[in-house]
Amino acid sequence: MGKWTRRAFLSTGLLVGGGFAVGVALRPGNRTGELSKYVAHDGETLVHTWVKLDGQNQVTAIVPHAEMGQGVGTSLAQMLADELDADWNLVSFEYAPAVSAFSNYPIAKSQLLGPIDLPDAIVPTVDGIMIQTASALDLQITGGSMSVRGSGVYGMRVAGAAVREMLTQAAAEEWGVPVDEVVARESQLIHAESGRTAPFSEFAEAAARLPAPAKPRLKSRDQFRVMGRHVDRQDIPSKVDGTAQFALDVKVPDMLYATALRAPVFGGELERFDATQALQMEGVVDVVELPASEANPFIGKFKASASVAVVAESFWLAKLGLEAVDMTWKETPNEGVTTEAIFEQFDGDIAGGVDRQTDVVAGDLAGALASADRVIEADYRVPFLAHTCMEPLNATARVENGECEIWVGCQSPLGFRKAVADALGFEPEQVTLNNCLMGGGFGRKSRADWAVQAAVLAQKVGRPVQLIWTREEDIRQDYYRPAVLSRFRAALDANGQPSAWENTYVEKMEPVEAPVIPYAVGAQDIGAVSSPTHVPYGAWRSVDHSSHGFFTESFIDELAVAAEQDPVAYRASLLDAHPRLQSVLKKATDEAGWGQPLGPGRGRGVSLQESFGTIVAHVVEVTVDEDEVSVDRVVSAADPGFAVSPDGFAAQIESGIVYGLTAALYGEITIKDGRVEQSNFHDYPALRMSATPEIEVYVINSGHTMGGAGEPSTPGIAPALTNAIAAATGTRIRRLPIAGQSLGGVRVSPA
Amino acid sequence: MTKLRVNGVEREIEVDPSTPLLWAIREQLDLTGTKFGCGIAQCGACTVRVNGEARRSCVTPLAAVEGQDIQTIEALAPSADVLHPLQSAWIEHQVPQCGYCQSGQLMSAAALLDANPNPTDAEIEAAMDGNICRCGMYGRIKAAIKTAAKNLDAVPETAEKGDA
Ligand code: FES
Ligand code: FES
Repeated sequence: MGKWTRRAFLSTGLLVGGGFAVGVALRPGNRTGELSKYVAHDGETLVHTWVKLDGQNQVTAIVPHAEMGQGVGTSLAQMLADELDADWNLVSFEYAPAVSAFSNYPIAKSQLLGPIDLPDAIVPTVDGIMIQTASALDLQITGGSMSVRGSGVYGMRVAGAAVREMLTQAAAEEWGVPVDEVVARESQLIHAESGRTAPFSEFAEAAARLPAPAKPRLKSRDQFRVMGRHVDRQDIPSKVDGTAQFALDVKVPDMLYATALRAPVFGGELERFDATQALQMEGVVDVVELPASEANPFIGKFKASASVAVVAESFWLAKLGLEAVDMTWKETPNEGVTTEAIFEQFDGDIAGGVDRQTDVVAGDLAGALASADRVIEADYRVPFLAHTCMEPLNATARVENGECEIWVGCQSPLGFRKAVADALGFEPEQVTLNNCLMGGGFGRKSRADWAVQAAVLAQKVGRPVQLIWTREEDIRQDYYRPAVLSRFRAALDANGQPSAWENTYVEKMEPVEAPVIPYAVGAQDIGAVSSPTHVPYGAWRSVDHSSHGFFTESFIDELAVAAEQDPVAYRASLLDAHPRLQSVLKKATDEAGWGQPLGPGRGRGVSLQESFGTIVAHVVEVTVDEDEVSVDRVVSAADPGFAVSPDGFAAQIESGIVYGLTAALYGEITIKDGRVEQSNFHDYPALRMSATPEIEVYVINSGHTMGGAGEPSTPGIAPALTNAIAAATGTRIRRLPIAGQSLGGVRVSPA
Repeated sequence: MTKLRVNGVEREIEVDPSTPLLWAIREQLDLTGTKFGCGIAQCGACTVRVNGEARRSCVTPLAAVEGQDIQTIEALAPSADVLHPLQSAWIEHQVPQCGYCQSGQLMSAAALLDANPNPTDAEIEAAMDGNICRCGMYGRIKAAIKTAAKNLDAVPETAEKGDA
């Protein structure tokens, strides 16, 4: 094992910024003995941390990620199968158990180091650091569009290649032939000279005794057979016949049901509650106060106020019971807070430059502004957003004899296990966490607040409890995409080209590059001020890109319009340093027929955004009739470098578009009296089929480093839409959502 | 006690008849394919068929379906090894992402095709607009319904009826 120390770790600065973690696949030695007990069943051999083989020659990939809709298991299994030279029909996957030994180490590596090709000599050092870090931090996270480009590239491919080498070596030793004469093909080991052939499974046990090579030879892209090929997602059959098991579908003997209500004003405390009436209701078993909780993991920090929960024989009775509990909450300093007050605060803090931290400073901003032909200024804003995963938050817990078992669908099983253990006063090893399929995640399910509630409830009641949140609670107790105000000032020179770009916005999360523009503007000053609110915030599909994508791709469009130039040509002219972005822009606009005339009241808008390693250009066509917007068509080009599952990738792009359209058109959480006003899909709507545009996705395999799939199509859809509205009507939308705003009547599109 | 026929089997349910059908079929009958999404007839995740028609089970009290025929996703397939044409089309178009909304989507679609084996786009949208998919798979759902409609023609009349 490489030599590395904490000091070496710190001095390389790998942990700077919010990151994920790290590559058992690369770990020298073979630890499958100690890991087998978690995953290997009768007749199966764990050949490698992430690979099992059984007597029927069936390969199982152990996938250290959670399924929330993205089809991660199939993609990662494809990567493993390809490097292993396995027959795809003999490959399946299962999710890794929530124990530290299965942390997804490769993620840290790709997240923290980015697409850096490290010199071979330091690879063992870096891997060692990552392994240690991930163990210490207990990471098993799904987020940041990292599964394929993190675990896939650094974990599954390496594991597949390592096992192929171990199998060929085991066969060569048994057959007494040189190892380089043994070939793996379609799950068979072949020695052509002697005419010998054997299935992988025959050498599984012998291979498992060999040390895993730290740096097995990986295929080049022209050698891929399974990666890049369309394969059906293996989880889909169970999702068309009702058999897929979500956390909500768990049933434990002797189980009760519960629902809960948390302090409606964030940070509130319970003064008292009167459960007399509820306890008289038939089927109501108990009414319990749940204390405030918090956790501080590497990813998924949260603070949650106290709640009241009702436990009953059925969810319905628990819900009725909760409605009958009379609760009094202590007054907090935030009772008077409204959305408008929050935006006024943002405005003041931006004007005052409170603790402004810069992201980018370049050139002579003051000079460029002073010599400008024209100066353009604009304020943009986006609201708080809830996630509304299709499956409301729920968890089932049993606490007995100093052990807790919990069933939950979450994006961070190890983080959840730790949070639950801390809340119960247990060690993590006393908690068994069964991670279930998630009915959507979108970032919400990285915070363990509700799982902690379920566990504490089960402990207090002394029986297994399934806690189910109502949709109302789900919307009112989220960790919201933060509301943001962003102020811009730009200078145009005599040719209409931008010479200065100044931008100040409130609060920075991640990724750090979200507000940075790819366009060649000589003088830049981009920075964030601090302006905290009492509204809890968290990661929401594409995180900061979800707001900054709207801001920057709208403002550049404004500049193009002010310069009386075509928005596509204008962007392209500022991207000489980024040919890859230019070609994605070209693909989308070519396919969309950019420049072809549209009828009256119609318009076309464009956006271009790189996020999570993938570049996406959208062209949106709209029709505006009075103040009604109809989104007619979306044409998207996406370059993830290489799409492992082309159809799965396209589906993620479609999904991200619809998610972003919902937010752009209607998404808004408002605050009044310190609490959230919305409650369910009637006042926090989701896009429905009739409002969904035709979506065409063009996937570009440019050959660059692999990027993400789950998030990159979300940031650019709002600006492409509002740019289209501007083209159709002349009205520039500078705040989201669009619903409820006057679009200023219709004018004929100039195009 | 409420008597009803669920997936062709006579059942007696002991809970209070004001209980929504959704919770009775999930908790009492252990048919967990039908999902909870909103509780107020806004999302369609809980859609089942009552006498063939799509119904939001979260707002349907047991008492209102006394003696009626209920079909859930578990019985959409005509038999254990034959899928309903909609299910095959769902797989062909790789519709589900998280999959959580899909039982409800399929039950709404099944009711639509039974009533109207050749729906237009507008008719599909009208029938499916009560079903939210937060994963945004509407385009695939629409395409799959059209594929299924086409395949219905090819399937003998009896094989396509999932409801007992
Ligand atoms: S749960 Fe019944 S419509 Fe949403
Ligand atoms: S597939 Fe996830 S909500 Fe529809």
